Amino acid sequence: MRVINGATIFDNKDNVATAGISLPAGTEFRLDGRVFSILQPIASGHKIALFDIEAGQDILKYGEVMGRSTAPIKAGEHVHVHNVESLRGRGDLCIR
Amino acid sequence: MIKGYMRPDGQVGIRNYVLIIPSVVCATHVCERISSNVQGSTYLQNQYGCGQLGEDLEQTTRTLIGLGKNPNVGGVLVVGLGCELIRPEKLAKEIALSGKPVEMLIIQGAGGTSASIEQGTALARLLQEKISNIKPQPVPVSQLVLGLECGGSDTTSGQASNPALGKAADMLLSTGGSVILTEVPEMIGAEQVLVRRTANTEIAQKLMETIVDYEKKALAEGCDFRGTQPTPGNIEGGLTTIEEKSLGCVYKAGTGIIEDVIKYGEPLRVRGLTVMNAPGHDVQSMIGMLASGAQVIVFTTGRGSPTGVPIAPVIKITGNRETYSKMKENIDVFVGGLVLGETTLEEEGQKVYQSIVAAANGDLTSSERLGHREFGIWRIATTI
Repeated sequence: MRVINGATIFDNKDNVATAGISLPAGTEFRLDGRVFSILQPIASGHKIALFDIEAGQDILKYGEVMGRSTAPIKAGEHVHVHNVESLRGRGDLCIR
Repeated sequence: MIKGYMRPDGQVGIRNYVLIIPSVVCATHVCERISSNVQGSTYLQNQYGCGQLGEDLEQTTRTLIGLGKNPNVGGVLVVGLGCELIRPEKLAKEIALSGKPVEMLIIQGAGGTSASIEQGTALARLLQEKISNIKPQPVPVSQLVLGLECGGSDTTSGQASNPALGKAADMLLSTGGSVILTEVPEMIGAEQVLVRRTANTEIAQKLMETIVDYEKKALAEGCDFRGTQPTPGNIEGGLTTIEEKSLGCVYKAGTGIIEDVIKYGEPLRVRGLTVMNAPGHDVQSMIGMLASGAQVIVFTTGRGSPTGVPIAPVIKITGNRETYSKMKENIDVFVGGLVLGETTLEEEGQKVYQSIVAAANGDLTSSERLGHREFGIWRIATTI
């Protein structure tokens, strides 16, 4: 678990970070040698994409799949109900 | 090492209560009056015990017995009315199997309210005398059973308080201690993560059945979890999917392997991490964990919660700076440094772990100091 630029990345596999404070648009995000800007104001508790994400791709948080993108998402973009769908119903079909 | 009260059945308590148990709601007021007369006693505000059916009746009975057998309880007075469905003699007999001193009083036999208060007070005082000789001894911290709870959650729960508790839970498990995870509706959406962490396929199957059954029952009563979670308030706060919400919730259980799945209030069977079936309802789930044998509870809260339980310390932790400042008297540990990376998970986990050890050694939590003794049992059928 690490906090970068006011946002928490819970697991190294995550492709989103969760803001711990309000992050204004334009806030610079530096992650492992890459730099990108926050594209919209992000309220505390909300998520930003750490990478460009294609439509239909898994959203990973806590190292686990928390949903699937419904549209292409750019690094720095707000990730929420407008571009992510729940995989509701799938989880209960798995037994290892 | 911690200091614990050795019980005849080998369990270790971190408090030494005389517990006054009404077998039915009709006896509850008398129990409250008796308890107010006897220092070191407490009572259960039992609203049930009659007009119950089948498995629901069995569950309430099992819970009352489990609470009497909890190692934080040194002695028990069971007070019954005389005609209730839950037999006070049964409660007394089962609890007495633990070897601790048990007395019983029947209101219809004693001659009504005042006589029962008088006789009950005398009996409770006798119990108090008996157990006041028990002094705490050094015992390994592995004797602890920690109950995990979350309530009044907000985004700081997933960002700070649940991760910190998860770390502390892992620390306790590594000493050989035990942890109970419950609030099954809050696992819906994270079940695939949890079943991967089970000790074997039998436990995985049992866990999945428990979660699926819960969801089915709710659906049958018109509640579509997957369709209504996260709530509008959650969404406003940043939670996008039920999976995300539940993953943040089960984070408080750390990384331990789930060794067993038990029914509500059923006695713990194994060491390590156990999942107990219970609702997300704060009070009902905490009471269930106590009936299963938890001596201490850590409760993560975002928006703030004052609730406690009658027979155990409830340690409140929050990662929400505003809550910590507004409801300071109700919060025991602030872990909000995690939100902006001012502190590390290791540091905050240690802090939570140390608060568990401190409570075990006799430090009162805010819920205890403020006298919060909330009580409720999970009902699973109608009342007749």
